[in-house]
Amino acid sequence: MKLTLRIWRQSGATGRLVEYPMDDLSPDMSFLEALDVLNERLITSGQEPVAFDHDCREGICGMCGMMINGMAHGPEKATTACQLHLRHFRDGDVVTVEPWRAEPFPVVRDLVVDRSAFDRIVAAGGYISVPTGSAPDAHATPVPKPDADTAFEAAACIGCGACVAACPNGSAMLFTAAKATHLGVLPQGQPERYSRARDMVAEHDASGFGGCTNTGECTSACPKGIPLTTIARLNADLLRAHTTRSDR
Amino acid sequence: MPYTEGAPIADQRVPAGPIETRWDRRRFSARLVNPANRRNRSVIVVGTGLAGGSAAATLAELGYQVKSFCYQDSPRRAHSIAAQGGINAAKNYRNDGDSVHRLFYDTVKGGDFRSRESNVHRLAQISVEIIDQCVAQGVPFAREYGGLLDTRSFGGAQVSRTFYARGQTGQQLLLGAYQALERQIAAGRVEMHPRTEMLDLIVVDGRARGIVVRDLVSGAVSTHFADAVVLATGGYGNVFHLSTNAKGCNTTAIWRAHRRGALFANPCFTQIHPTCIPISGDHQSKLTLMSESLRNDGRVWVPRDPHDTRAPNDIPEADRDYFLERMYPAFGNLVPRDIASRAAKNISDEKRGVYLDFADAIARLGALAVEQRYGNLFEMYQRITGDDPYKTPMRIYPAVHYTMGGLWVDYDLRSTIPGLYVIGEANFSDHGANRLGASALMQGLADGYFVLPGVIGDYLADAPFDAVDDSHPVVADTMSEVRGRVKTLLAVNGDRTVESFHRELGRLMWDECGMERDEAGLRKALERIPELRDEFWQRVKVPGTGEALNQELEKAGRVADFFELAELMCVDALHRAESCGGHFRSESQTPDGEALRDDANFSYVAAWEYTGVGRPPVLHKEELVFEHVTPSTRSYS
Repeated sequence: MKLTLRIWRQSGATGRLVEYPMDDLSPDMSFLEALDVLNERLITSGQEPVAFDHDCREGICGMCGMMINGMAHGPEKATTACQLHLRHFRDGDVVTVEPWRAEPFPVVRDLVVDRSAFDRIVAAGGYISVPTGSAPDAHATPVPKPDADTAFEAAACIGCGACVAACPNGSAMLFTAAKATHLGVLPQGQPERYSRARDMVAEHDASGFGGCTNTGECTSACPKGIPLTTIARLNADLLRAHTTRSDR
Repeated sequence: MPYTEGAPIADQRVPAGPIETRWDRRRFSARLVNPANRRNRSVIVVGTGLAGGSAAATLAELGYQVKSFCYQDSPRRAHSIAAQGGINAAKNYRNDGDSVHRLFYDTVKGGDFRSRESNVHRLAQISVEIIDQCVAQGVPFAREYGGLLDTRSFGGAQVSRTFYARGQTGQQLLLGAYQALERQIAAGRVEMHPRTEMLDLIVVDGRARGIVVRDLVSGAVSTHFADAVVLATGGYGNVFHLSTNAKGCNTTAIWRAHRRGALFANPCFTQIHPTCIPISGDHQSKLTLMSESLRNDGRVWVPRDPHDTRAPNDIPEADRDYFLERMYPAFGNLVPRDIASRAAKNISDEKRGVYLDFADAIARLGALAVEQRYGNLFEMYQRITGDDPYKTPMRIYPAVHYTMGGLWVDYDLRSTIPGLYVIGEANFSDHGANRLGASALMQGLADGYFVLPGVIGDYLADAPFDAVDDSHPVVADTMSEVRGRVKTLLAVNGDRTVESFHRELGRLMWDECGMERDEAGLRKALERIPELRDEFWQRVKVPGTGEALNQELEKAGRVADFFELAELMCVDALHRAESCGGHFRSESQTPDGEALRDDANFSYVAAWEYTGVGRPPVLHKEELVFEHVTPSTRSYS
């Protein structure tokens, strides 16, 4: 099958879109495999290949991510770029590929961006303080199944950054809320619940992510379908942190 | 035979006494470092998967100065994240007859009697603490309606001891370790270096004292020093090019350590996982695993007639062969991976695959219950193949998944280089010739949270060692070797891509050193690998420079090391003229085609010493002693 890929190339402070006609693709290929094919061609003809992040190629590591026709991870719902297959495109389509566009995610090269701000948000409080060896027996605290399921649903976040790229405000609130919800609904996460919300949001803001205005683009772009209700939970915890629980 | 034999390994530093108390004894005999002095002792941890992430976090909690490294852009992305099915622990919450001894027994037997009893017993003991730790961290394991943890059974076991978080157990466990690590980073006790790849080990005065790394963004090559170095860099399955490993998984860290003197144990022990999605074409860049937990409820079958071209749903019961249930009635679809994989290979081929059918499970449990257990796996399958497994049986085929071999370590997980520790999949320690499902997560976390932190003090008690810096002649030499290699790879400027070499090497390894091996094939591979390696160094084309992000350069360095490892794997496979676990030599099989072990001649760990590229390695044997589990023919029928 044929596609024309228009890809953002950048090695310094600025970049541009470059067009690559491809006529040797198969509908069974993943989108990243199409980039592999292109890169093989570029290398053989003495050009520099397109740099893009990827690793597991099964949609779980969160390393890959790019805007495909203006949509984070492309047109398929709940699908990362590595799991997007060419059968979802039409023969002859022109496909525009760009890096995540958000100030806190500076472009490193081509489609590769720096997402270290996400690690800083987690470091600010996205954990339960339990040094190795200090845990009680796993059955000491039963967890109601619905709570465990809610926690799991939020914990499925892969930290890819699609939510930020999709958000008109460049907000990372879905990412932050997913972690706050995961830990905040579990009994083990209660002691640090409010300080966690406060500290993660403070780091989120300090990193330059925009505020949330509930447009919901994030959740619709999220490859793991993290629900918007996580943000409501985070806001509730945040409100409480800043009003009644300012000591924590 | 292209190797020589050296002195056997006499001391594994296993404590004496009853096996149940050995770990206690070792922890008691190991010297401690006073809490106030720990901040003057430093440790480098390479890799941030379950083993490396948990080790770095725990060592920092203890008060050591830790530097952590990973090639990914964040420590949260290590390939442990892709583990699906679960983690074993001898909790016996089900009251179904499980115990530490049974998990120990199952693991030694599952490994086909090629692992060290003492290490495996410790693993089984620690398994229960891991679950406690992870639950306290907030890992959202699956739960029953009463709020207690749910478990399921896995291949090679008749008890239900596998804890899981839907089909994303590795992800959830890794996020637990990652969060603990981030907490230590925030506390200033771990210095984190993402997008940084270890390219060599620095050994000064017989001790591992540091590493040479390349900053993958700037291209800068630099050194880092510490009192001890821990490698937690995973397995080497990507030597086969196509595997279920992440694209970046590589052997460079352990191979470079091997070249610096660490023995490499049982390199030919590789695991082929039975339930992966078949290859769809030449463009294939990796293979995707479907968790073996699917075999709990899915039934594996092939058409009785291999030429049957009907769609699977059109093939009536009478024309189906549920071959695992037929051949192994006691374990049925839950036989260990090596057995399931070989059975699938013998009955079908790469293109046709075999069916994994959920129709019975859906009829028995309802689609909702099946979705709760395997929903994300089904979605993944549908995304890749375009088929809906709720309606059509999945097509599966075996693929390279895990490597049991790795750097040789003693009971303390220390390699043959003092100060160099190896944990997780990177070592050879606990799985013998075949790993049981849900045991990789258990081992990675046991090593990182408990074993290493429990014994490394014994070594660090002698630290801090004399400071070394870049002006030390050994360091300068190691640096210039690394820089020279990078320069050479860029300078060849040939006409073949790294990918084309990797593909060719992988095909060769899959054909000759894959699921089934024989002498002729291995000798052929041993002839071909050096030729292909020479060609690589003459014809490879790596564009760009070394002074910037250059993903082709990264790949070239990794493939160059795979070429050297591949040869050692074939030497090991050739010398081990028996079948055991994942290593099936066609010359050594029973009349009905099962693996035929040769305990009289091969009941040892083969630990190889490096002598130079293309030069015969030296074999050091660690004899295996079985005092608690009597080696028997593994039978699952």
